[in-house]
Amino acid sequence: MAGVPNLADTPWLDPSSEPFIRLRGVTKKFGDFTAVNNVDLDIYKGELFCLLGGSGCGKSTLLRMLAGFEVPTSGRIMIDGVDMSDVPAYERPTNMMFQSYALFPHMTVEKNIAYGLKQEGVAKSEIADRVDEVLGLVELTDFTKRKPDQLSGGQRQRVALARALVKKPKLLLLDEPLGALDKRLREQTQFELMNIQDQVGITFVVVTHDQDEAMTLSTRIAVMDAGNFQQIGTPTEIYEFPESRFVADFIGNANMLDARVTEAGTDHVTVETALGTIRTEQGIQVQEGQKVYLALRPEKIHLAKAGDPVHEGNMQVTGHVEDIGYMGDMSVYKVLVNGETMIEVTAPNLTRPKQRSLAITWDEEVVLSWHSNSPVLLVR
Amino acid sequence: MSSVAADPMDPAPGPTQAGLGARISRQLQASWKLCVIAVPYAWMLIFFLLPFFIVFKISLAEPLIAAPPFSALFDLTEEGIVTIRIILDNFLFIFEDDLYIRTYLNSVKISTISTILCLLVGYPIAYGIVRSGEMARKLLLMAIILPFWTSFLLRVYAWMGLLADKGTINNLLISIGIIDEPIRMLYTDFAVYLGIVYTYLPFMVLPLYANLEKLDSSLNEAAADLGAKPIGIFFTVTLPLSIPGIVAGSLLVFIPATGEYVIPDLLGGGNVQMIGRVLYNEFHQNKDWPVASAVAIALLFLLVVPMMIYQRYQAKEAEKV
Repeated sequence: MAGVPNLADTPWLDPSSEPFIRLRGVTKKFGDFTAVNNVDLDIYKGELFCLLGGSGCGKSTLLRMLAGFEVPTSGRIMIDGVDMSDVPAYERPTNMMFQSYALFPHMTVEKNIAYGLKQEGVAKSEIADRVDEVLGLVELTDFTKRKPDQLSGGQRQRVALARALVKKPKLLLLDEPLGALDKRLREQTQFELMNIQDQVGITFVVVTHDQDEAMTLSTRIAVMDAGNFQQIGTPTEIYEFPESRFVADFIGNANMLDARVTEAGTDHVTVETALGTIRTEQGIQVQEGQKVYLALRPEKIHLAKAGDPVHEGNMQVTGHVEDIGYMGDMSVYKVLVNGETMIEVTAPNLTRPKQRSLAITWDEEVVLSWHSNSPVLLVR
Repeated sequence: MSSVAADPMDPAPGPTQAGLGARISRQLQASWKLCVIAVPYAWMLIFFLLPFFIVFKISLAEPLIAAPPFSALFDLTEEGIVTIRIILDNFLFIFEDDLYIRTYLNSVKISTISTILCLLVGYPIAYGIVRSGEMARKLLLMAIILPFWTSFLLRVYAWMGLLADKGTINNLLISIGIIDEPIRMLYTDFAVYLGIVYTYLPFMVLPLYANLEKLDSSLNEAAADLGAKPIGIFFTVTLPLSIPGIVAGSLLVFIPATGEYVIPDLLGGGNVQMIGRVLYNEFHQNKDWPVASAVAIALLFLLVVPMMIYQRYQAKEAEKV
């Protein structure tokens, strides 16, 4: 997926390509509560699409509607050109990997995986072949005769994945696929999941609340809140060009400042903030005097000791280090600017603590600087 | 808890005092534990084990026309020697006279069929309760338990009134002209089965309910997702996973139904022979306590086997949790 982007890798940019999954005006209500509110969505073949949001944002409900466990209150869902409105879950070309894995506790690994094929009426010899194939794919060949309760969490996760993959669905739905794994295993499995998707070429829709997971895995992310899409885009778009304060805050961290437009140009906008006048190289539709928000990511700010040379042309302010959080690979600095605005800055720990004289410490005067294309202006 | 007081980090003076207090409280706790355990043990000893040995002792005696109507197990002769008389005739007798074996087998047959009927009726009920809404579930469970609030005997008498030749059901059917002659229902096998199924149904439904309620509903969704139709899901997922509930419910029905006395006596009349009735007759009509005791002991041992199966299942279930 890396390398030079072309239209085959980014079908959503190609107006002539046909979406594989098409949601139109999909709403789901539970009594008075609207879980999913009139959403439209196109997902293209071969995508690894993430629905990202906090709990109760409607992402799981959307996934369950794709699987056929919930019926939309209104709206239409099309998969590969077929309207799914009257298609029950057991006839849909989708398979789901459940958050709890939902492995059948009374069946061995082998039987769990073969279950879907048996329901389809696939011949016994073919079942055996396909089960073997998928077991190889998830590297569980030695565990065929075990029951789920004799497996570790990671192994169960693989069985669940194998069981969903073996039917070669048109669409694979994954509900928090890595949620139950510990951190190290999760990071390792993320890449495996991407490799497997590459090998089988099935379209994946993943639900997750974990932004790191979404950023690593997806071709595109839909950030959800209160039943609506806040933004749909590639991980880079979502992170570097958030469209709202919600997205900027939800994905990564951001210093959020109230701002007032003082100059609205076509290729740059200047705003007045608590840090002073800030120029941004961002052409957005704003008028002079309009109230906007300025988001500045902590890692986009360069931190230097007072008096140290600063990059030519960078915007800079001075501040006072109030607090430092040591994270190992990097540190988080809380810097008070103008005695009233707390700015968070992260910097990699390039030196060891022994070289203390080089490092920035508490109560030190520092210079914060950033390039004028780093800040992002948000109107909502 | 007490380790907090003995915390070596605690700079407060008098750590020995705190240690002593902890030791005393620990000892008190231990003796309290003993008390708690002793109560059920004492209960079992006095009300179960002791009567069992009394019955066992009588089963080894000889019937006498006296009070009590059996010979003593221990005798003190004039020379001061204790003699023990063990008579195994009673046990031999119940194997010689085929009445006992026949009625025992008949009891097993009736309780087996009743258990299957209870399962067939009770499973859909339990499944329906699990699937219904929270409010309805509470009401339905209440409806299952409600009959226990009236006397079992009264309910069986009520069935006699319903089933009699001139009872409610026959009168109703005759009055609306469906039948001319009353159908004979009371004092038949049918009435006994009906009575047993009616009485023991909650013992089937409640363990099944407890089992089905615990089943993870995402398993059903997973099965549907993998292409199984509702009926297929039931037979491949729900039914196999509810086997522990089926076993528990079946044994809770089967064991007491085998020894049932009131239902065959009142609803079956003299026509349905079950071991409970034979036992009763032996005690009260024949006044042969030793034989009756031998029958009781034999019955007990025959029922211990299914009870042990039940225990094993319970233990297995407990392990899973």
